[in-house]
Amino acid sequence: MPEAVHAQLKRAWTTSAPLLSVRGLKTWFPVSSGVLQRTVAHVRAVDGVDLDIKKGETVGLVGESGCGKSTLGRTIIRLLDPTAGTIEYMGEDITHQRGSAMRAHRRDMAMIFQDPYASLDPRQTVGDIIGEPLDIHKLARGRERQDRIYELLQVVGMNPRFADRYPHEFSGGQRQRIGIARALAVGPSFIVCDEPISALDVSIQAQIINLLENLQSKFDLTYLFIAHDLSVVKHIANRVAVMYLGKIVEVAPGGQLYRRPRHPYTGSLLSAIPIPDPIIERNRERVILQGDVASPINPPSGCRFRTRCPRARPDCAESEPPLESFGDEHLAACFHPLD
Amino acid sequence: MARPLLEVHDLHTVFVTKNGNVKAVDGVSFEINPGETLGIVGESGSGKSVTALSVMRLQRPGKILGGEVLFNGRDLTKVTEGEMREIRGQDIAMIFQDPMTSMNPVFRTGWQVAEPLRLHHGVDKNKAMGLAVSMLGKVGIPTPETRARDYPHQFSGGMRQRAMIAMGLTTTPKVLIADEPTTALDVTIQAQILDLLRNVNREFGTATILITHNLGVVAGMCERVMVMYAGRVVESGPTVDVFAHPKHPYTWSLLRSIPRLDAERHEPLKPIDGLPPDLIDLPSGCAFHPRCQFKVERCSRDTPVLNRVGETQLAACWVTQSGVELKGA
Repeated sequence: MPEAVHAQLKRAWTTSAPLLSVRGLKTWFPVSSGVLQRTVAHVRAVDGVDLDIKKGETVGLVGESGCGKSTLGRTIIRLLDPTAGTIEYMGEDITHQRGSAMRAHRRDMAMIFQDPYASLDPRQTVGDIIGEPLDIHKLARGRERQDRIYELLQVVGMNPRFADRYPHEFSGGQRQRIGIARALAVGPSFIVCDEPISALDVSIQAQIINLLENLQSKFDLTYLFIAHDLSVVKHIANRVAVMYLGKIVEVAPGGQLYRRPRHPYTGSLLSAIPIPDPIIERNRERVILQGDVASPINPPSGCRFRTRCPRARPDCAESEPPLESFGDEHLAACFHPLD
Repeated sequence: MARPLLEVHDLHTVFVTKNGNVKAVDGVSFEINPGETLGIVGESGSGKSVTALSVMRLQRPGKILGGEVLFNGRDLTKVTEGEMREIRGQDIAMIFQDPMTSMNPVFRTGWQVAEPLRLHHGVDKNKAMGLAVSMLGKVGIPTPETRARDYPHQFSGGMRQRAMIAMGLTTTPKVLIADEPTTALDVTIQAQILDLLRNVNREFGTATILITHNLGVVAGMCERVMVMYAGRVVESGPTVDVFAHPKHPYTWSLLRSIPRLDAERHEPLKPIDGLPPDLIDLPSGCAFHPRCQFKVERCSRDTPVLNRVGETQLAACWVTQSGVELKGA
């Protein structure tokens, strides 16, 4: 990416305040039923989330399918409208921003999607896919646009000659590189990576992780890295937030979360991840959770995890545990935390 | 020594496409004994699923061009379709990755779980339903009497996979082939299903073939492992040995490329360069050689055969067969 343009786009954000700050964020989806399609309930995909992301860091967001992690990512960059709460980006409230003000912010944010097969338009050439954000934001035309596309392809480790080809000619890993080039086109500072490697072959995943890490240091990027694979998140993230049924139940610096999880859900999630070492696997103690995740339409009272929690006691049903400090940027929402 | 329960010898399965022939399975051999768990690992396109489907004779539109599949000494590639159907119903069961598309949406779950009993064991309707309900209970479905009357869409992903396993187990098969049984599931549900498969293997002595791309799952489940690449077995042996001292560069690089939960320090990952091969236009010699950091001149010329390397392992690699140890920064 042209460094000059990138620098020009990116307003300096050098204060110690978080780059992005989310408070009480809720994103609910209506459930309608009957002939009149009246709204009878809501899916509370994101249901009261507080989260700060500092400039230059990678925050991992983990949880099982349906926990609201993708919805949270999309709401943060305003691809979805929040039901309640606020989103502050570089100190500015963007929760309800529209028009040109929002467009300016959109240039600073981007998203990398999970499925490189579904997220690229099969009728556009690779060059046009990458060039589209440049056209929309009127950042470059003609020769300049062309050069920028070539440069972006090189940045993601692809041959510029590929600009004239179509997505179907590429493998999953190469398509994901194209998706990354498109995300970088507008020179963003903040990128939401939504499961960027889960659809890729095992031998390709490490290539993409390394690419994302290199790009981060090269362009000073901030990532929200959404994944269900805790081993990948452990590798890439500085801090990790664990989500369960629309709420963040624990946030901590990466190493600490893995060494000493406080929330029982984090504990069982960690013990459920297979480690590629037969000797370790044989001697591991497992906490196997019973049952399935409860419904986000009608979440359990009190702590939402209590229906599956091995440590649940009567008081867990009475009120909702708040996120409390366990020292050193470590927060967990549990009345009966792990030692 | 007694014959293995299931023996596969030099199996070849080909798909004819308009762009050329795809040798999905190219000379695969393995065996499995009662009570054993064998892992087959590989990426998409490595031929691991087609190997399993060929054992079940469900490889269509692919064609089995050669080799034997001996079950209790009987060659399954030669039996009639009717006999094969009996074997599928009674002796060898298969469970699939996606329980939503592999169950019939218009029949009640209990009815589907009971189907093999009705069809292959002549058990009457009510008795079969009773057995299906008790099997659903055994695989951990709460209130099985009620849930047996539900349709598959009323089940969660994990429960559907349990129901599929129940369906496979009603006839107490001797071999259970599980093709990526947990790939579509969340990790906590994956742990439940793997635990269930472990118990099934222990309780019924079912020989289990577990097909997966997840090396962690293999490490936790399988005594022996077979690694496939581009339709061929590139390495096999006891799981402990293969993970401790991989003898094929593909296995070696794969194990180093994945981030591990128990890794202490943050180090850059060491990816495998290049792309998985195009099965229609395979590289000459060893299919892995364009991505291999140990390759020698011979690798692009001659295709290596699977041979003993070290005490317990087999590897198809000229380099390790010549005695070179796989080492690297």
